[in-house]
Amino acid sequence: MSTNPSLAASDTTEESAPRPRIGEWIIENLIRLAGLSTVVIIGLIFLFLLREGGPTFLDIPLRQLFGSRWYPIEGIFGLLPLIVGSLLVTVGAVFIAVPLGLITAIYLGEIAPPWQREILKPLIEMLAGIPSIVLGFLGWVALAPLIQNAGAATGLTAFTGAVILAYMSLPTIISISEDALYAVPKEYRDGALAIGATQWQTIWRVVLPAARSGIVIAVMLGIGRAIGETMAVMLVTGNAANIPALSGGMIFEPVRTMTATIAAEMGEVAQGSLHYNTLFGIGIVLFIITFAINSLAGRIVGTRGARRTGGKL
Amino acid sequence: MDRHSRQWTRLWAGLTVLAALLLVGCSGGRGVAQAETTSQQRAIQNKGSDTLVNLALAWAEAYREVDPSVSIAVTGGGSGTGIAALINGTVDIANASRQMKDKEYEAARANGIEPVEFTVAIDALAIVVNLENPVSELSIDQLADIYTGRITNWQEVGGNDAPIVLLSRETNSGTHVYFLEEVVRKGASDNTDIFAPQTLLMPSSVGITSEVRRNPNAIGYDGLGYVDTSHEKTIAVAKDANSAFVLPTVASGADGSYPISRDLYMYTAGQPTDAIATYLAWILGPEGQRIVAELGFVPLPEK
Repeated sequence: MSTNPSLAASDTTEESAPRPRIGEWIIENLIRLAGLSTVVIIGLIFLFLLREGGPTFLDIPLRQLFGSRWYPIEGIFGLLPLIVGSLLVTVGAVFIAVPLGLITAIYLGEIAPPWQREILKPLIEMLAGIPSIVLGFLGWVALAPLIQNAGAATGLTAFTGAVILAYMSLPTIISISEDALYAVPKEYRDGALAIGATQWQTIWRVVLPAARSGIVIAVMLGIGRAIGETMAVMLVTGNAANIPALSGGMIFEPVRTMTATIAAEMGEVAQGSLHYNTLFGIGIVLFIITFAINSLAGRIVGTRGARRTGGKL
Repeated sequence: MDRHSRQWTRLWAGLTVLAALLLVGCSGGRGVAQAETTSQQRAIQNKGSDTLVNLALAWAEAYREVDPSVSIAVTGGGSGTGIAALINGTVDIANASRQMKDKEYEAARANGIEPVEFTVAIDALAIVVNLENPVSELSIDQLADIYTGRITNWQEVGGNDAPIVLLSRETNSGTHVYFLEEVVRKGASDNTDIFAPQTLLMPSSVGITSEVRRNPNAIGYDGLGYVDTSHEKTIAVAKDANSAFVLPTVASGADGSYPISRDLYMYTAGQPTDAIATYLAWILGPEGQRIVAELGFVPLPEK
């Protein structure tokens, strides 16, 4: 294929004097361009978001922006119910997915015999292949009636969304944290067992801390998947822009997420109107939240890396 | 190995050429199609209200037999979506379950488009509840209290001791705006009440009917054409304390005795000409209005 000519080119240059190698120079710069383009595109997206969404924060008084009502066709733009909705669904999903995902990963990586592993791993990866809208539809048809029968006023609640999102982010959390567990050197386990630790103590006190940075990344990627999900959430959360009263049952009330709001309202909105700008403003808020989560993850992973190199090498 | 990779290269090259040809073919094809439409085949783009979409599809289908040279593409998305498309010049006819707002007229004129309005049918908005719900009559006042959150338990309107789950269409639906003005605000222009924040906003009519069918606490509203009384119950509505409770039917919608009924509209960009004008005349004629009645909407009174 295309690698053949470049290989031939490098062969000939090696035989002759050390001239600048044209083939290598081209490839190097192509790679650099590819790397830079990601940065440029992200920069452009952020600029676009700022240009379209910026007016929101200038034209709407902050007090209204953090008000508790969202009714855009009457010019009421309180973002609080949407932010609370997104957080409630995402936090709910994390509380379900992280323990479940970690336990599965530990079982797969530390306890399961190889033949089980070989069956389970591809199955879990298949879960990642299910389109989100299918999971959402499943939630609408099967899960919502269950939750309603369990005593909620309606089955379309933040909890329903959280369960669907948890299952959507489980494959990410399981396979990345399982990889992290796998990367822990065998000597750690042998050492722990040799000084008389049980298997549980080895997992809990030695392997998990050693794999911490990888597990944190797994959880963060899982959260990232959950907070940005739109269609499935729109189907099952009821889309009521309501702030549930602070209580144990608040997760069993309908909510409206930021992503569902953008998706539901973008089609109708007149370009350039305040409502249009505000939908992009929601995009900025979402961007900032995801960015914060990512840099938090980066910091946790960063301190861990520093400690490892400082202590061991 | 080397021969193998060369074959692959050739295959890739072939595929690339094919893709390029396809791309060129597509863009070229569109040009040809457009040229054709001006001479013989006329395509009409029709978009908007989800309330109207089934009716518009039925019209388009029946019209195929009237004039096979006209093909009508119908899509939904909501009245606001259709009107926005008309303003942007991407559709020929916009369907709307509400009249265009002044703001929208201004936006259209700014783009050099003068929208022309046609009333094409009448829609009665049915209030639907679960079949198990004992409540069968509500006044507009009670409905307004329910939808603004002043009444939150079915007991307060003669039903079971159970919370009321409010269902509404999304805010981009013309039905939502109509319900807001005629029921939540009782038709008073100085009333600024809005839906209770607990209202579940459904992206489609189907969303409302399926939740009403499975949830005994739910109340929703939907165009009469979408209601199937064997799976959900319609509520008889009284305009005020002195009027009788009337069930939504084709007859009560046509004679105006049912209080929540409205006109449905089609908008064209400027006075319609040739194919579009003939199509609209056919819709307003006896043939088109017969289809209106068939789909559970209310035909226009004969002039």
